[in-house]
Amino acid sequence: MSLTTREVLRLRQSYLRKAREFFSGLGVLEVDTEMLSEFPALDPNIEPFSTLYFEPGYESKPTVAGGAPLYLHTSPEYAMKRLLSEGSGPIYQISHVFRNGEKGRIHNPEFTMLEWYRPGFSLEDLMEEVSGLIETMLRARAPIQITYRELFERELSLNPLSVSCEELIEKCVALNLPPPDSFKNEKDTLLQYLLSQAIEPGLGFDRPTFVYNYPPSQAALAKVSSDHDKVAMRFELYINGIELANGYHELTDPVELEQRFAKENRLRIRQGKRPLPPDLHLLDALKKGLPECSGVALGFDRLIMLATKAESVHDILPLSNWKP
Amino acid sequence: MKYQTNEFKKGLKLEIDGNPNIIVENQFIKPGKGQPFNKVRLKNLVTGNVIERTFKSGESVDGADMEERTMQYLYSDGAIYHFMDTKSHEQVEISKGQLGENWKWIQESMDCDVLFYKGNPLTVEIPNFSVIEITYCEPGVKGNTATGATKPATLETGAEINVPLFVEQGDKVKVDTRSGEYVERYKG
Repeated sequence: MSLTTREVLRLRQSYLRKAREFFSGLGVLEVDTEMLSEFPALDPNIEPFSTLYFEPGYESKPTVAGGAPLYLHTSPEYAMKRLLSEGSGPIYQISHVFRNGEKGRIHNPEFTMLEWYRPGFSLEDLMEEVSGLIETMLRARAPIQITYRELFERELSLNPLSVSCEELIEKCVALNLPPPDSFKNEKDTLLQYLLSQAIEPGLGFDRPTFVYNYPPSQAALAKVSSDHDKVAMRFELYINGIELANGYHELTDPVELEQRFAKENRLRIRQGKRPLPPDLHLLDALKKGLPECSGVALGFDRLIMLATKAESVHDILPLSNWKP
Repeated sequence: MKYQTNEFKKGLKLEIDGNPNIIVENQFIKPGKGQPFNKVRLKNLVTGNVIERTFKSGESVDGADMEERTMQYLYSDGAIYHFMDTKSHEQVEISKGQLGENWKWIQESMDCDVLFYKGNPLTVEIPNFSVIEITYCEPGVKGNTATGATKPATLETGAEINVPLFVEQGDKVKVDTRSGEYVERYKG
């Protein structure tokens, strides 16, 4: 379905309005945090754009923080958590985020994220709220929920928590999906590869699907449950094979956060990538006290793509620099 | 010469498993919070088979040692077709098999695009249209111009095509080399 520029603009405006009405009705406050930061989000697989600040006349001598780069945010998460620790209460944001190197059919290095945080909500509470949003915005059917483990057992007959790399590679080969050589010793990378190539293409068509309770090694900034079967309190929402949202019951322990930052940098170095400075402001915010909360990041451009049944996210971005 | 995944695009020729392949489709895939990779569909330029490969983003792959040169067709002695590089005047021999179906339409002095792999000719591309003389066909019945009926005709290359009934032996005809079909009688 091909839309004119005007139709795309009007559609986007109506979705922005619907999103604002949704949150206004729930008493969630809209915030608009800075996009430039001294500290980037730390993730082994997300690369930030960086830039420099200089005083007029000193173009060759950048002066902030000893000439250290500033980063465009890859997500408003860190800034919003700082606001939460200052007592903001429930907040949402619709902003552009920037991820270097990501361009493709459903990727654009600059894209719009709808992100929100609910103090006092459990992961299940937030999944229910996300369901409400997509039912309103997309007239979607009521979503279903399945754990990460149940999904792999149902689709590939293997237990992702206990399976070995060798068994995963065997499964890839059996499905005629040989992985790149460098993936072969990394269990999480193999799981992500299988999920994206063997499971996602069929996920979330009949009904939107929440996949939840991820392996602890894929927790990012989610809390890991303390019961016997440790799982990351994280969910992802899939609609028509597209990953639309990623949510957590948020990690609140600053000591654990510092350890995760160090671990992620070690992984980056192992993969030949530059380490990134951990966000000291975020660590301070958690030391001050982040309220128990759940938060979610939703790809707003992909939401519009689903609503218009567009083939590619670029079809709904009239001025995209990055059409592949 | 090596190519990195960020240089991959349709039409790029890569060396895969010792064979020259051309990229038919290139997809960038990034699982949420996971490592990105390129899923590439490639066509083997020797066998014609299509395969799928995945490459981790940032990986580099050897380019296929290929070169395209413009060569002029000179003559043939049956199994071997002789071409001359229009720049260097170097002469090259290409077997009838390597021409594919093109032996049917090739004409003296025709400029062809020859794809070389590791210095050896792999495929020959000829222009979309060729003008060839009919060396044999049955005479047409006078007045039969509108019915669309055709008759077989043999061309000077030895190939056979169907032509309208009014076309005569000795006529030159324009043929679409991609479909092998008669286009029109050549005047002049």
